Amino acid sequence: MASLNVLALVCLGYVALLFFVAFLADRRAARGQSAAWMRSPLIYTLSLSIYCTAWTFYGAVGYAARSGLEFLTIYLGPTLVMVGWWWGLRKLVRVGRSQRVTSIADLLSARYGKSNALAIGVTVLAVIGITPYISLQLQSITLSFAIFAEADPLRSYHETTTVFWVTAGLAIFAILFGTRNLNANERHHGVVTAVALEAVVKLVALLAVGIFVVWGLSDGVSETLARIDASRIGDWRVDGGRWATITFLSAAAFVCLPRMFQVMVVENEDERHLRVAAWAFPLYLLLISMFVVPIAAIGLELLPAGSNPDLFVLTVPLSQGQQGLAVLSFLGGFSSATSMVIVAAMALSTMVSNHMVMPIWLHLQGGEGASVSGDVRNVVLFARRISIAVILGLGYFYYKLSGGGAALAAVGLISFAGISQMLPALVGGLFWRGATRTGALSGLTVGFAIWVYTMLLPALGGGLLPDHILAEGLFGLSWLRPQALFGIEGLDSTVHAVLWSMSLNAVVFCVVSLMTFPSPIERLQGAQFVNVFEHSSGPRGWTGSVAQSEDLMVMSQRILGATEAQAFFHRELARQGGRGTLPEPTPAFLQRLERELGASIGAAAAHAMIGQIVGGSSVSVQDLLAVADETAQMLEYSNQLEEQSAELSRTARQLRVSNEKLTQISQQKDAFLSQVSHELRTPMTSIRAFSEILRDDGDMPLAEKTRYATIIHDEALRLTRLLNDLLDLSVLESGQVSLNMSAGTLKEVMDHAVSTALAGSDHPIEVIRDRKTEDIRISSDLDRLAQVFINLIANAQKYCDADSAELTIRVTCALGEIWIDFTDNGSGVPLDHQQLIFEKFSRVSPERAGGAGLGLAICREIMQRLEGDICYLLGQKGGSFRISLPIERKILSGTGF
Amino acid sequence: MSRHVVLIEDEPNIAEAIRFLLTRDGWSVDVHGDGSDAVEVIQTANPDLVILDLMLPGKSGLEVIQELRLVEEMQPLPVLMLTARGQLKDREMAEKAGVTRFMTKPFSNSEVLTAVRDLYAQAYQDLRPATAQDAAQ
Repeated sequence: MASLNVLALVCLGYVALLFFVAFLADRRAARGQSAAWMRSPLIYTLSLSIYCTAWTFYGAVGYAARSGLEFLTIYLGPTLVMVGWWWGLRKLVRVGRSQRVTSIADLLSARYGKSNALAIGVTVLAVIGITPYISLQLQSITLSFAIFAEADPLRSYHETTTVFWVTAGLAIFAILFGTRNLNANERHHGVVTAVALEAVVKLVALLAVGIFVVWGLSDGVSETLARIDASRIGDWRVDGGRWATITFLSAAAFVCLPRMFQVMVVENEDERHLRVAAWAFPLYLLLISMFVVPIAAIGLELLPAGSNPDLFVLTVPLSQGQQGLAVLSFLGGFSSATSMVIVAAMALSTMVSNHMVMPIWLHLQGGEGASVSGDVRNVVLFARRISIAVILGLGYFYYKLSGGGAALAAVGLISFAGISQMLPALVGGLFWRGATRTGALSGLTVGFAIWVYTMLLPALGGGLLPDHILAEGLFGLSWLRPQALFGIEGLDSTVHAVLWSMSLNAVVFCVVSLMTFPSPIERLQGAQFVNVFEHSSGPRGWTGSVAQSEDLMVMSQRILGATEAQAFFHRELARQGGRGTLPEPTPAFLQRLERELGASIGAAAAHAMIGQIVGGSSVSVQDLLAVADETAQMLEYSNQLEEQSAELSRTARQLRVSNEKLTQISQQKDAFLSQVSHELRTPMTSIRAFSEILRDDGDMPLAEKTRYATIIHDEALRLTRLLNDLLDLSVLESGQVSLNMSAGTLKEVMDHAVSTALAGSDHPIEVIRDRKTEDIRISSDLDRLAQVFINLIANAQKYCDADSAELTIRVTCALGEIWIDFTDNGSGVPLDHQQLIFEKFSRVSPERAGGAGLGLAICREIMQRLEGDICYLLGQKGGSFRISLPIERKILSGTGF
Repeated sequence: MSRHVVLIEDEPNIAEAIRFLLTRDGWSVDVHGDGSDAVEVIQTANPDLVILDLMLPGKSGLEVIQELRLVEEMQPLPVLMLTARGQLKDREMAEKAGVTRFMTKPFSNSEVLTAVRDLYAQAYQDLRPATAQDAAQ
């Protein structure tokens, strides 16, 4: 039997080996001569295997022995993420690299406007969430020591002492590994290489035990399968809700766990490594889970009832006297635990020091903190070391508090559920520009509170949560019972807690985000995150006109180290053109410096420190808004522009139409004025010419004098008629005419019209009427109607070209109208003029007929006012016009009908 | 031989007035009231001067002058255009079409007489003996 002393020696030797590997890797990386394999995607993939902790190594077998195949869900989640969501991971890695984030808290803080409040919240959540997990590692190492101690009669074994020393040892180990230096880019090549080595060790150990079980204790695969069937595991049941919940939890935790974020994003060398990891990591999970069921089945069969199935990996080889195999297996478990603790402690301490210690320290130092007093490097390192010690101390106390009796898997699930609360804010931050800081904080707080109440406190027991609350609910309200929230009972407690915490978290996150408005810097960062693949450059941050380059240099040296800082400033100087000794504090330089510093102390702290030097204020809101508008809001903006331009073109179209209408009207007006001018000037010309002749030639014969005076008189009459017509038309067209409605018979109106038209006319025409048919009572403006009749009769007199001119007036009643047709026996209106005759100044005949061409236009206007119509009748022998009048309703027909 | 003018004017009263004025001034006047055959009438009459109305039945005065100027012998013929449409546009178009002078109705009788005498003098001074021209100056 291996004594505890030997075991301790083996452990120390193993740790020494890890140190050596890490040291070598660090040194070669520092010299820039790291071997190709160190930068290969395989190392990256192996480092991802810190997902598989002691929980996986020991706990999976125990899980399988207790709950059958359900343990697979722990592997299923990450596999689904790796295979199905690698594009999402790629975005995460790209964001992490472009923003130079140091932790998941840093990432969320950077996304939500470099908010330190959020960073603190996430850090607290992470520390509380990871504490059970770390205690789980302590528990597993302690348990494995205990197994060997049972078999070692020479030593007395105290569990409490062992736990304490294991904790202390791990703390020192983590401090030595994780905080040896403060790298500028915060990549820990040494640690990653050591973690990769440990990944190999745990895989080999588990495979070795598995092979021993299948081919040593059992006779090959088929017999093993038969023994599995015979065991409890054979009749496993699938609880759909639990399977789905745990698969989801493990997937969420795989993305959100600080240590996973550390190796996956922060330590990522090359984005392309993800492509290899996408298949290689699931393969690793397959290998490491392959022998879990056989070991569990054989363990249940071989070992006495009541043995802890979590330790089958150790106890099965020990029970068969396989000391060497047992020690290898112990080393595997030790590797799992140490690698997890180191990376988790490193990640958490970075978060604690960057987001909690540094801001407090900066605040205490006042405005001059960054540049003048103190050595920031030392403060950061010291803060990290203390954080590691505190975090492990918390794990120790959790172990003490929870009594160390819980099954490993149950403890792990509590951690997973706690850490998963970051998922909504993380995924929302990556894919939704509307996500706001307030939303993220609210969601996190709600999810975290529900998780503590429904999962963490009940698991702790031990008086932290009084029994009556568990049984009757908070304040005695039954719907506030921790394990039956809102009266939902009968659910598995894990499913219950996850369902409530995650769904309320997500809902609150979304609703509050929608209700709140992001600050400019949040919008800017949101755009940078969501559209990370379109933005090659980072966010614009500083406009440093008053910044002192020396101050920046002093501060940078303290954070980055003298060599690193000088190299950086030298590069910047060269980039700016290389004059002087220090680079100008241009916005681009300040932005790169902020990222460089952010890589060491976190984005929020770096932002604050540069802010102190540059003048205490960040860049102006307008500036940020301008960038935000320029970049990712382009899309929304261009959509709006499109809408606006569509509207503009609609308006333009309308304007064009009305412009065309106006132009047309204007042209009509010009043409009208030109016509009026012509019609006025023509008689004027004759009048003027003859009046001058009469004035100047006194000795003219009387007959000639009389003739010329008559011309003057006629032209003056013509002018008067024209003016009357124009006025009449203008009144009719403007609609200002007042109709003088009265009742009478058509016959009376026609009598008046005919006698007026024929009086004093030198064009004889015979008017043929059927006066019987005209005996219709009408109610209309009789004077206006007569005016139309007179006009038509006068037109017939003027234009009828028959030898003996005749005009037939025929009256008919049809279709509720009275038709009055004026038809002469001339040649009628030529076809191509029929459309025009009702227009103003349209004259058909080449001869002057004494009119200005307004008569029919006036007739049309009058008939429209009288609710009737006038049109040219086709198919008659001569020129023919039809007047239609509405029949008066009260008296449908006169005496004639 | 008296000076010969062709007057194309569709308003009989205006035509009568101009005929009276020019006859008294020693012109022989031919009046024609339609645009459609005005070019032929002018060519046949081959007058010393043409007075042309713008708005004519059949063919407008502008068309008449354009066609007239296409005939080579008719190109130097002085043409006085009368119009009752006093727009600037009409004047420009008329001058482009080749009228020698443009006059808006109504006009005074002395204006018409002066214009007709001037046009005649300008058109035919080259034909007069050089000494007479010098003496006139």
